[in-house]
Amino acid sequence: MTEGGIIVRVSGPTVVAKNMAGARIHNRVLVGEDHLPGEVIRLEADRATIQVYEDTTGLGLGEGVTDVGKPLLAELGPGLLGSVYDGVQRPLHAIRAKSGDFIGRGLSSPPLDREKRWEFRPVAREGDVVCPGDVLGVVAETPRVDHLVMVPPGNGGAIRQILAGSFSVLEPVALLADGTALPMLQRWPVRTPRPFRRRLPPTLPFITGQRVFDVLFPLAAGGAAIIPGGFGTGKTVVEHSLARYAGADVIVFVGCGERGNEMTEVLADFPELTDPSSGRPLMERTVLVVNTSNMPVAAREASVYTGITIAEYYRDMGYRVALLADSISRWAEALREISSRLEEMPGEEGYPTHLASRLAGFYERGGRVSCLGGGEREGTVTIVSAVSPPGGDFSEPVTQSSQRIAAVFWALDPALAHRRHFPAVDWKKSYSLYTGAIDDWFRENVSAECTALRGGLMALLQREEELQEVVQMVGIDALQEQERIVLTVSRMVREHFLRQSAYSETDASCRPEKAFLMLKAFLSFHTLCRDLLARKVPVESVLALPFREELERMKELPEEGFRETVNALIARIVTEGGRDR
Amino acid sequence: MAGPLVFVEGVRRVTMGEMVEVLLSDGSSRRGQVIEFTDRYALVQILEQSTGIDVLSTRIRFSGAPARMPLSPDILGRRFDGAGNPIDGLPPVLPETWRDIGGTPINPVAREKPSRPIVTGISAIDGLNTLVRGQKLPIFSAAGLPAREIAAQILRQAGTGEGERGPSSPGEKFAVVFAAMGITFRQASYFLHEFEHSGAAGRTVVFQNLADDATIERLLTPRFALTAAEYLAFDRGFDVLVILTDMTNYCDALREIATAREEIPGRRSYPGYMYTDLASIYERAGCIRGKIGSVTQLPILTMPDDDITHPVPDLTGYITEGQIVLSRDLHRNGIYPPIDVLPSLSRLMNLGIGPGKTREDHRGLADQLYAFYAQGRELRRLEAIVGEEGLSESDRRFRRFADAFEREFIGQGKRGRTIEETLEEGWRLLRRLPKDQLTRIRADHVGKRYGTAAVEAGRTGE
Ligand SMILES: Nc1ncnc2c1ncn2[C@@H]1O[C@H](COP(=O)(O)OP(=O)(O)OP(=O)(O)O)[C@@H](O)[C@H]1O
Ligand SMILES: [Mg+2]
Repeated sequence: MTEGGIIVRVSGPTVVAKNMAGARIHNRVLVGEDHLPGEVIRLEADRATIQVYEDTTGLGLGEGVTDVGKPLLAELGPGLLGSVYDGVQRPLHAIRAKSGDFIGRGLSSPPLDREKRWEFRPVAREGDVVCPGDVLGVVAETPRVDHLVMVPPGNGGAIRQILAGSFSVLEPVALLADGTALPMLQRWPVRTPRPFRRRLPPTLPFITGQRVFDVLFPLAAGGAAIIPGGFGTGKTVVEHSLARYAGADVIVFVGCGERGNEMTEVLADFPELTDPSSGRPLMERTVLVVNTSNMPVAAREASVYTGITIAEYYRDMGYRVALLADSISRWAEALREISSRLEEMPGEEGYPTHLASRLAGFYERGGRVSCLGGGEREGTVTIVSAVSPPGGDFSEPVTQSSQRIAAVFWALDPALAHRRHFPAVDWKKSYSLYTGAIDDWFRENVSAECTALRGGLMALLQREEELQEVVQMVGIDALQEQERIVLTVSRMVREHFLRQSAYSETDASCRPEKAFLMLKAFLSFHTLCRDLLARKVPVESVLALPFREELERMKELPEEGFRETVNALIARIVTEGGRDR
Repeated sequence: MAGPLVFVEGVRRVTMGEMVEVLLSDGSSRRGQVIEFTDRYALVQILEQSTGIDVLSTRIRFSGAPARMPLSPDILGRRFDGAGNPIDGLPPVLPETWRDIGGTPINPVAREKPSRPIVTGISAIDGLNTLVRGQKLPIFSAAGLPAREIAAQILRQAGTGEGERGPSSPGEKFAVVFAAMGITFRQASYFLHEFEHSGAAGRTVVFQNLADDATIERLLTPRFALTAAEYLAFDRGFDVLVILTDMTNYCDALREIATAREEIPGRRSYPGYMYTDLASIYERAGCIRGKIGSVTQLPILTMPDDDITHPVPDLTGYITEGQIVLSRDLHRNGIYPPIDVLPSLSRLMNLGIGPGKTREDHRGLADQLYAFYAQGRELRRLEAIVGEEGLSESDRRFRRFADAFEREFIGQGKRGRTIEETLEEGWRLLRRLPKDQLTRIRADHVGKRYGTAAVEAGRTGE
């Protein structure tokens, strides 16, 4: 701690202090009489520019600034799951206990409960020589997640002593030969990526439970996807659906500059909702980092780093982690707001010129990796971030820079949203660059025909698009019978396959097995219709075939017996085609 | 000096956001607020007319504190200017407490999930875009459209649906906070008249900054209003409806300051921090766990050139929980209120409807009306291209449904409807179409409500 800094300027969320020689970039500081937390973001001679994590109202000229001497650190250890933090990892429940329903100023509280005791079961033994990432022991953090207590980066050696029993996060559980005592809690600077052994190729899927994504634009575990869309197009609902149903062991949700009421929904629902795979409350696999739009912008800027550090930490244990950020645009705007106070040369639309590299640095922290430590653990951090382009126009810098980095682009379309077609995914603009890499997995585990089915669906949608143009110009009468059937089937597919209500009890999530089988049934129906028309069966009798209602209700069928029912339906469709007329 | 800004040199003690008094050589004074300072100067934005301030003879007195508002239950029925001074000829409020008008964010974990509807008496809202207590739902208007009439009608009719209708009805702790920003005297009088007329005046707090008042003062007006609203809601247990009009004028004031500060302009020269600034207003809506009151916001804004992608509606839409969009076409066709339900949306609707809140068939009915209307509108467009003969008989029926829906369901006129009346009006329209087409409504609800004469006669209670 170095005291002696003096405030000489306050502008928005930034403060300039003199007398700060010796401070370092990214050091944490305490600003003013209320000790508001901040971070040094620029140094010039003895002047430090500081971004302040709280509202600067009331800060006075000449008030003091103390350099803590360390960067902004995240606390990592048992107790993260189920927690709700602000952007700089202040525990919001504890803050409420201190200051009531409105967030007071200058409050702090340790991120991890100091009192709570955890049952530590050692795995390493005395005399073992350990390296960073090696597992010292295990804590059952929640009934569904075992927390591996690992040797923190930068430590290692022979274990002189290791304990078993119940400890608080600060009590040492192991002692190394060099005298280092290791508690369960470790700290890590949020702006520095946590180390791993090496990157692995993204060949496994990240299952979202949303048909349009898993079938058409699949995401790889360890990959990154962005969801750009104007207001009300469904970004948050997608993020929340992923938090509920995605195939991940741990979810870190970063509510970055968005609405308070949305967080309330998560907070109210997640402790009660269970996820189907484990039957446990969702909150047991979730960490929330919440810095709503009216909370300080500098803390908003930090929130994504706090979130990704926690995600990396669980990745290091070998888990499949999803980092869901809503919305990365609000982070970029925080960056812009701060940088404009520094009077930096602005780049495009006022964003700092380093926007693209900062964004890249963030997305780079996702990935599928081989973890440090023995036992060949493999972990992933999959990043899905919402992007909120002004006016819904994707040509703006945040969408553009994100698009260059993320290999999956789930573009949302206001026209579809207005028609209440959700998820409002624009299938023309969206893409996934992972299909080649993960289709092997899909072929082996889900459907041997996955590539062909996807192709068939895209071709159908494409054809519909062309025909719709004709209809718009000259009316439906201009179409041939075969073409009308295309419109009928593609409409069925859009309504009852691509569309998926997040609020449906039966259909909010859909396993890929079910999705591809549904698609196969729709496409075989189309083939049947085409064949019959080719054999001069009148279009009315084709449309009157009994299968339509069954196809449209497939999505509501329960998982159990689904395969049999739908395979039987497909078989009947195929047989119908073979029948003599 | 630069427009509404004054650079004050040689300041020794100054704090961010504090209020100052600028003393002019002619003995008058102006209020201002510190928006930035360095060890060389303090930057003050002048809230009132900045004419008359000259560089040499003006002196400044620093107050040491940010803008505060004195509060007590006596603010109900009072009228203030845009900077919180009484203008109704009555003495200042005897404060029970003082609050900083900037407010502090509600701790997200202290929020309660909104769950109770506000019945506005307007079918397009109650039926299809239900407003929920604790929600912020703006009206996107445009020049010449009757947003104010609609707002006034809502004020007249709105209630929690629990007691009688109307804010002044007995048994309801319902209050209205009205903030006028840059609207004309005529428009403001219209509202004041409405308050008097509906007997709501005693339940209303008015803050008014009119078109010829200082623009910069507008930046404080909504903050005073929301400070009053939070106090009434969370200290006094009222369900408070806050009307903010016109947010476009507010944003223009924000732009004026940004331009004077020579900040890097964002889109259409509004400042880059406008999202954050607007959020500091709109996010002050909500419910709090363990508290009975609520703050609901109904901001009104004007879309310049009817453009919904303009930064003011765009950034608003990114913060609020849906929007009610007014339509020039409907207005032109004499439909009142001219609410276009297709782009309108209440994102919290599902939390506020259903059995025990409105009625069990509400969701399905709303979805069905919406779907048929959307289909009818689409067909109307198609008809314009291919002519009426190009449509099939069934298509024509949907097209006619859309017309009837606009005329009868949307265009209810000035008379308010109960929620029962709204839902029944919806069913009445649906009966024009074949029963088997009502696929969005649960079969048992269709069975119960579609056909029988008893239902037809309006006996729709549970
Ligand atoms: N998958 C879905 N199923 C059903 N309804 C949906 C779905 N997605 C979105 N919606 C509807 O659209 C509304 C807006 O969605 P959402 O809040 O996700 O928008 P958004 O893109 O996050 O907007 P903003 O940028 O303003 O935050 C929801 O309240 C809901 O009514
Ligand atoms: Mg959202």
